[in-house]
Amino acid sequence: MGSGHSHALYVHEHSFVHRMAPQAKLVAALGMVASIAITPREAVWAFGVYAVAIVGLTLVSRIRPGFVAVRLFAVAPFVLFSLFIPFIATGETIEVLGFAVSVDGLWGTWNILVKALLGASVSILLTATTQIADIIRGLAILRVPALFISITTFMIRYLELISDELGRMRIAMTARGYDPRWISQARPIATSAGALFVRSYERGERVHAAMLARGFTGEMPTPPLESVDRRQWLRVLVLVGAFVGTATVALVIT
Amino acid sequence: MHAPDGFLEPSVAVVTAIISLVVIGFALRQSREQLKDKAIPLAGITAAFIFAAQMFNFPVVAGTTGHLLGGALAAILLGPSVGAIIVTIVVVVQALAFADGGLTALGYNVLNMAIVPAYGGYAVFRLLRRVFPSTAGGVVGATGIAAWASVVMAAVAFSIEWLFGASAPVAFDTVFGSMVGIHVLIGIGEGIISALAVGAVLASRPDLVYGAQDLDQAQLTESKVGTRTFVIGGMLVALVFAAVVSQFAVDNPDGLEKVAEDTGFIESGEEHSLADSLFSDYATSGISNEALSLAVAGIVGTVVVLLVAFGLFSAVRETRSRDPSSV
Amino acid sequence: MSGIIDIRGIEFSYPDGRQVLHGVDLEIGAGERVAILGPNGAGKTTLALHLNGILEPRAGTIAVSGVAVVEDHYREVRRMVGLVFQDPNDQLFMPTVREDVAFGPANLGLEGEALDLRVDAALDVVSGSEFADRPPHHLSGGEKRRAALATVLSMEPEVLVFDEPTSGLDPAGRRELIQTLANLSMTQLVITHDLPLALELCPRSVIMNGGRVVADVPTGDLLDDPALLADNRLELPYGFDRSGESPSY
Repeated sequence: MGSGHSHALYVHEHSFVHRMAPQAKLVAALGMVASIAITPREAVWAFGVYAVAIVGLTLVSRIRPGFVAVRLFAVAPFVLFSLFIPFIATGETIEVLGFAVSVDGLWGTWNILVKALLGASVSILLTATTQIADIIRGLAILRVPALFISITTFMIRYLELISDELGRMRIAMTARGYDPRWISQARPIATSAGALFVRSYERGERVHAAMLARGFTGEMPTPPLESVDRRQWLRVLVLVGAFVGTATVALVIT
Repeated sequence: MHAPDGFLEPSVAVVTAIISLVVIGFALRQSREQLKDKAIPLAGITAAFIFAAQMFNFPVVAGTTGHLLGGALAAILLGPSVGAIIVTIVVVVQALAFADGGLTALGYNVLNMAIVPAYGGYAVFRLLRRVFPSTAGGVVGATGIAAWASVVMAAVAFSIEWLFGASAPVAFDTVFGSMVGIHVLIGIGEGIISALAVGAVLASRPDLVYGAQDLDQAQLTESKVGTRTFVIGGMLVALVFAAVVSQFAVDNPDGLEKVAEDTGFIESGEEHSLADSLFSDYATSGISNEALSLAVAGIVGTVVVLLVAFGLFSAVRETRSRDPSSV
Repeated sequence: MSGIIDIRGIEFSYPDGRQVLHGVDLEIGAGERVAILGPNGAGKTTLALHLNGILEPRAGTIAVSGVAVVEDHYREVRRMVGLVFQDPNDQLFMPTVREDVAFGPANLGLEGEALDLRVDAALDVVSGSEFADRPPHHLSGGEKRRAALATVLSMEPEVLVFDEPTSGLDPAGRRELIQTLANLSMTQLVITHDLPLALELCPRSVIMNGGRVVADVPTGDLLDDPALLADNRLELPYGFDRSGESPSY
């Protein structure tokens, strides 16, 4: 839950992955992650293939593997949970270092670990090579409803402003000696959240007034549709095809 | 609760994705009707507020901190459909732009963190408002309990999803007991923060609270003596709940089982072949009393579904009856 | 004649009951530059929001260039009256500055090359080409103000209304803004606390207090009248020396 990310993970580089159209990258990412998710866990070789492909993609995107590795820590809570599984799971057990652990449980841990980490790696690559505004644009091109896109665009625009206001409020409170440890002391946080909501809402009304003042009648301007050259979609097809193919083979032979 | 890929089986991922898409489509239509052209800047900025608020740390115990989910709060401030849309956007953007939450997990992440808390939490809020006094204190108290309940419902939803699509052999009752048990306690923080936040908004701009539109000036300024009572009462309810649920998790539900048998609710020794095929083997094996577990799952799951449905129904009814130009 | 403002008997109360305007009368001629001064809470911003129909008076009439500011004419009025808000963040709501500048003319029906030309022209006036493709939250305070001005200029208004244009700007930014405004030929209303700005830019000053116009004088005369200044909570900056005056009118 909300792990304190206030800055997107975009890394500015010049690679062909960075230059790819966002809708193509979204489709590619989804295809890759879906393939990973449906691969049976016993097909360890398949995950090896995926991992190699993802590392290759990372290098081609000129993203440092270390960068991705650090961001993977966000999946930590679930990784931790998965490590407990063999100890609380049911089914036949084997001895490991003096502990009785469930065999099925070990497989369960492996399943969650490998899929969570590989899936997160793909997500991290996507966000590292695509700016938020472009991700939203990609969604719009993929026919996500206009209202959804407009609201999201506004959210992105004002996120930093509101986070900053929130930060300033917290600083002001801390400067006056506020150092809460217990929920019973949380009142100022909650009331400042309420105040922030009112301020945000009133800003929303002012922005609406500004939009009306410039002739807004209810329709947001649509982003220009750019044509994506076939080669990009071809690359996506090849990449996703490779992943899907691997998954299919794994499903069949396992 | 931003679950990563692979946590639940693909079948559950697909089904929850379809459910989420349908409900969000409905919520979008409702939002368009409700907000007219004010929708976009207002909803967007409030989404930014929820996003920022989720990054808010609030202290829980001895310096450990918790985070706000915000679904119930958004629903009470802006209405259930707008609330659901906003938190959905937050969850989706977190997954796509911050790599927080698996792409294939979006179906159940949206369902658990946006749809269930917004609509389910709103349903609880509305039901409580019928019973609580029509004052600012009543609204605040209802908010607190509804927000707490929304977190518990999210945990229940996740547990039921585990029942159908467990990816590891951890019994349903273990997951249910621990998830729901923990969130009964975590929810207290959400409840308190949400209640106080709504109280703050009521104090300065009561017209901005969707869930309090029916209160007039006199009712708003009535003394808020009730608030603390509600919050404490709510906490006690939560603790009792936690105690009951944890019994369940500890695999020793003697008390529950006896009650269930006495009331003829379960008949020992019955076969449940349908259950076998539908539910995940992983989730149902190793439970000391499968019938009891599934019965509890059925009841609790049904309650959550009914509440969410009531929330959806309220959304439609209120959109029709409200004067659209007054929002 | 374009850019004439005719305000008669405007009264306005907010939904919570507060009456903010108690009968405002004002006439502004084409191409005039008028400073609107007065203490906080006098109703200056509220009045400004009436000029393009964002707020509707409960009594009185407003006409801009002969067009009555009523709902039927909002579209036209909003093209004619450009409002530059106090907080530029409220006006820069698109992902990039360029899209913000294009927002207004696009709503007026421009598209394609005509739209691009209009956007570039507006950006040129504020020297904004350098930041046009950046997202607004990456701009400095001064750049945001210039961008906000461009978003309004691109609609080719006949009247410009500024709400505290120099607040928060550093001296160089302030100087640049004054120069930009001095070069614009349309009617300008400048709501401000910055008396030197009023003196340099606006030959005429209107003082509002308590929801009414209490004075309407040449700016030079106002600054020579300490009683009038004090009554309306106005004050010249310490050490302000009028001997070096060279106003831009």
